[in-house]
Amino acid sequence: MADQIARRRSVLDGWALPSRAGLASLTNAGTAARFVYRGAPELVGDAFGVSLPTVPLRAHAQSGRAALWLGPDEWLLLSAEADGSTLAVALSSALNGKPAALVDISHRQVGLIVSGSSVEALLNAGCSLDLDMTTFPVGMCTRTLLAKAEIVLWRTAGDTFRIEVARSFAPYIVALLDEAMHGIA
Amino acid sequence: MAGLHRTNGGGRVDRTKRLSFTFDGKAYEGFAGDKLASALLANGVHLVGRSYKYHRPRGILSAGAEEPNALVTVDRGRGRTAPNLRATQVELYDGLVAESQNRWPSLAYDFGAVNSLFSPLLAAGFYYKTFMGPRLLGSNWAWHKIYEPLIRRAAGLGKAPSLPDPDRYANRFAHCDVLVIGAGPAGLAAALAAAEAGARVILCDEQAELGGSLLSEWSVEIDGVPASSWVDEAVRTLAASSRVTLLPRTQAFGYFAQNFVALAERLTDHLGNPDPAAPRERLWQVRAKEVVLATGAIERPIVFPDNDRPGIMLADAARTYVNRYGVRPGLRAVVIAACDSGYAAALDLHRAGTAVAMVIDPRANGDSGLAGSVRAAGIEVQIGATVTATRGSQRVSAVQIGRAGTEGRASTGEWVPCDHVVMAGGWTPSVHLFSQSRGKLAWSDDAQAFLPSAIAPGQAQRSAGACRGVFGVAAALDDGFAAGRAAVGREPLGRTFKVTHDITDFRGIAGSHGAGARGSKAFVDFQHDVTVRDLKLAAQEGFRAIEHVKRYTTTGMATDQGKTSNINALAIVADHLGKPIPEVGLTTFRQPYTPVTFGTIAGASRGDLFDPVRRTPCDAWAQAQGAMFEDVGAWKRAHYFPQAGEDMHTAVARECRTVRSAVGMFDASTLGKIEVVGPDAAEFLERLYINSFQKLGVGRCRYGVLLNEAGFIIDDGVIGRIAADRFHVTTTTGGAARVLHMMEDYAQTEFPDLKVWLTSTTEQWAVIAVQGPRARDVLAPLVDGVDIGATDFPHMSVKAGRICGVDARIFRVSFTGELGFEINVPADFGADVWEAVWREVQKHGGCAYGTESMHVLRAEKGFIIVGQETDGTVTPDDVGLGWATGKGKRDFVGMRSLSRPDMVRSGRKQLVGLLTADPKRVLEEGSQVVEGLRPPAGTPALGHVTSAYWSEALGRSIALALVADGRTRIGTRLNVPMPDGDVAVDVVTPVFLDPKGERLNG
Amino acid sequence: MLLITCPYCCTARPESEFRYSGEAHIARPLEPATVSDDDWAAFLYMRTNPKGLHAERWRHIHGCGRFFNALRNTVTDQILKTYPAGTPRPGLGAPAEGGR
Ligand SMILES: [Zn+2]
Repeated sequence: MADQIARRRSVLDGWALPSRAGLASLTNAGTAARFVYRGAPELVGDAFGVSLPTVPLRAHAQSGRAALWLGPDEWLLLSAEADGSTLAVALSSALNGKPAALVDISHRQVGLIVSGSSVEALLNAGCSLDLDMTTFPVGMCTRTLLAKAEIVLWRTAGDTFRIEVARSFAPYIVALLDEAMHGIA
Repeated sequence: MAGLHRTNGGGRVDRTKRLSFTFDGKAYEGFAGDKLASALLANGVHLVGRSYKYHRPRGILSAGAEEPNALVTVDRGRGRTAPNLRATQVELYDGLVAESQNRWPSLAYDFGAVNSLFSPLLAAGFYYKTFMGPRLLGSNWAWHKIYEPLIRRAAGLGKAPSLPDPDRYANRFAHCDVLVIGAGPAGLAAALAAAEAGARVILCDEQAELGGSLLSEWSVEIDGVPASSWVDEAVRTLAASSRVTLLPRTQAFGYFAQNFVALAERLTDHLGNPDPAAPRERLWQVRAKEVVLATGAIERPIVFPDNDRPGIMLADAARTYVNRYGVRPGLRAVVIAACDSGYAAALDLHRAGTAVAMVIDPRANGDSGLAGSVRAAGIEVQIGATVTATRGSQRVSAVQIGRAGTEGRASTGEWVPCDHVVMAGGWTPSVHLFSQSRGKLAWSDDAQAFLPSAIAPGQAQRSAGACRGVFGVAAALDDGFAAGRAAVGREPLGRTFKVTHDITDFRGIAGSHGAGARGSKAFVDFQHDVTVRDLKLAAQEGFRAIEHVKRYTTTGMATDQGKTSNINALAIVADHLGKPIPEVGLTTFRQPYTPVTFGTIAGASRGDLFDPVRRTPCDAWAQAQGAMFEDVGAWKRAHYFPQAGEDMHTAVARECRTVRSAVGMFDASTLGKIEVVGPDAAEFLERLYINSFQKLGVGRCRYGVLLNEAGFIIDDGVIGRIAADRFHVTTTTGGAARVLHMMEDYAQTEFPDLKVWLTSTTEQWAVIAVQGPRARDVLAPLVDGVDIGATDFPHMSVKAGRICGVDARIFRVSFTGELGFEINVPADFGADVWEAVWREVQKHGGCAYGTESMHVLRAEKGFIIVGQETDGTVTPDDVGLGWATGKGKRDFVGMRSLSRPDMVRSGRKQLVGLLTADPKRVLEEGSQVVEGLRPPAGTPALGHVTSAYWSEALGRSIALALVADGRTRIGTRLNVPMPDGDVAVDVVTPVFLDPKGERLNG
Repeated sequence: MLLITCPYCCTARPESEFRYSGEAHIARPLEPATVSDDDWAAFLYMRTNPKGLHAERWRHIHGCGRFFNALRNTVTDQILKTYPAGTPRPGLGAPAEGGR
């Protein structure tokens, strides 16, 4: 019988996340439960508690849960880590026998919060999208590139974005944003 | 400070802030706001460089980015040496250290100037002829030992620093409604108009101060205030808007499709003591809805004999030095004015206290509106005259005046002493960026210039002001304002600026005014030392198109890309050929407009940030153990784990021995993983892989082989059925992204009828392989709720269970031929589970092994590695995997191709094993396999060695190879020719160990 | 860098988010086994490679992940229209040429 219990270790453990006073800061979004849902959005019903956006590039968030449109049949579902197993059961039973795919990817990627008055300039060091509030408003999300790594970028507030990045690319993203901190004013 | 060359007041330098600097080791002083060029001129220094080919003394020709002569190296300390900077652009700071270039031993006494004596040898086409036909100069020996080194030493501009660049470079992607390039009158007015409408505006200018030509005006007033004050007010207005980004010191250097423009911003080079952490430069990658090009115009030199002596300068530059920097370049000037800017320069110099000896207008009917004012100032004006010769060794000392005759020849006349010659040959609109944007240019007889004509499709832009031939302050302001309004969709007319003391005639003349007496040189391209004679020689030798003349003479091919010389060169060639200019053509304008540092283009992409480096959850442990790593794609994988005193060979031998005799653990986390889910998941895999999946039971695994549509193996991996509608597909490490892309392609476009969805789970799982006879003993104490016994958990099966308290997918699979498991745990648990397994492995005398041992162990079993045994031309049958093909399948990707004639012919290369006659000899991977001994050169090979290792288990070397008709050659002897002689090899089946698989079924 | 309008995201994105995937409207035969060697070879390898308008496949690989088709002028490198995979090649309506 197993007498040693493994602990969860984030790839960001031990990283000093960079910030520049008054301009921008990077923080760890912390562990989370994550699922990729693929299929027709209506099949999920109320099981997630937050409706899946059908407008492209939009996220719905409420009470600690969020559904991010990644593609016409693909959503990223985010929730608190503690919530993960109950949510998995609820979603699986709602989707039982239905033509859809639910995959737990809680450990596949990590979340980073980037915020500050110069957050757009910071991200635009590596992200070629127009991040102006008129073209990338609060609630918009997209998969895109940050320099040489793929990320999901989600604007959660005027001066705050959440980055979701695959585990092994997280150190690169942190180092890149650390470098980019020197280039903002 | 020596007052001789400073005006008494005025200008935009701060006379209260003195800055010291050195040039070629000598100390000087300047003012804040000076450029290196203006500060040198203020100190009476005109000789600043030696020319490229003839090493002639050269001075400062211009006051801007077009400068061909005054190239300097600025040394900011270790690794921070920047060569080929234009002294006209280098901002002065306290402590600046600048050096001249292209001279030895010193600027004043340059040894290379003897090149001038050999100048007939260096005429047009010298380099061309030399490089194209070295035998012209004698034997190849002489070429390599004498001529090439000589030419290389003599040529070249500046020296590249040898140390790594210690600076930091930033990048910024930006978007705007209107990008205005150039902040002269047209650009400022355009930005004001666009900003007024609330648009997002970026205004960039190469100079430290916005204002462009307005900064060089003395008497012009705009809307009742001096031009200089009007600029300050305009900049204040723009800066006050949060929607406007002002970018001084920012050169737009590249204009690409769909209004994508690259800008280089200089951030710290103008500072004496910059923050070492701050970026030196920033690359802006701007996507603009509209672009307003307000890039102005560049004044042309006048082509007369020996027109390159220090002290000879463009009129616009002279006005800039006097009016903007408060510097008198000379004490006694001769002005050659083919347009108004020459007359204006005469007036400005006169007002600033320079004696203007004479204004010469080479136009036969030269008639400037300013001639009257010049005469009124007591300055002699000669119409229809030109300069026929100049004197002065390191500085012009006199010019000879002659009457302009027919065909540019001039009769000789009186010598006029002077230390400063000012030339106004007319203005060339700066259409470089317009042309880069693929816009079409058209020759305008009226402007005597190429002007923007048709805008390229996909670009949304307009040109305004002098760059489209609209000259003069008032016209440029009005034109710019209208362009700014139009760019934001407003009706173009808006505002008329009231301007006084404006000048309007900028057309001038182009071409040659006489090649001069024998021994003199009339320069066209100053930086590449191209003369009138060179151009005529090229035309005589049969070059008709300007692109050919350019390559033959190298005119316009220097770092300045001929900004001051192209139109003169064109006019001279056209004149010589008796053709109109547009028929001779125009050379292409290329990015970058001015040289851009490598650092700016590289940005953060260097060192650790050059590319993402991917590490697994178990990586820290491996590092702590002292593992050696190898790159596999972007991943770092533990290659082997050397213990004290071990080299790679001994470490790998020990690791292999330990796995076969006890147990080893291996980090397989980088394997690609795709979760294939949906009611049609099995059917989907059935259509993609060569294997059958419909009947694969839940909890069972299959080794899948994936082909491309052409029938060739592109990937492989174990596929486990987790549930009726859910498969856990593994791919090779390098193939993960490619396979997912291919699967998406088929799911979306070829088989949209199937209800199946794909999700990458590569990084969701940490994968720990435990392999060896003791593998089960290692796992037993760690797992929970799962029976891993041989009966209940046979080879090629998968179970969900718990290990170290966390949910896991446990595979019973083997890539070593031993009893083996691959434990998949959620990645964040990977490090802890790895350590727990490690503790158990140690109890059983086991070890951790790396990718090298993994390769050896699988080769002993004849397992292929995609990309090593396959190269994109290999079918399943070629590598003995025909057995994997699902029985009775009607179709899968690549199946139809397998029956094409070439795929079933005899003679295909097949996978075999090779055993060297000398068991100690390990073959080299990639070496060729042939039939006979000592094959003559050109003998076709039968195949090649794909893998070769020392096998500890067999106590000898082993190899895998692809050999034509290999399976029929089993039992025969072939040869592998090597530099030290043929290596005899026996062809055997590719499974070297345990062909019955008794070990892995244990 | 080109801008490409993804018909699923309904927005223009930089070329770097996309991957080119060859000529469009080449359907995989439904019954490959019945296809002759020559026809199969043509399916595998023969492409039109036109000078001018070319219907081609792209994937918004670093975006929504969808494959779609585009009409691109191979002379000017302009993408004149994008449309979902599986829909027929469209004609070029009014506002295709020119700047904006
Ligand atoms: Zn998309």
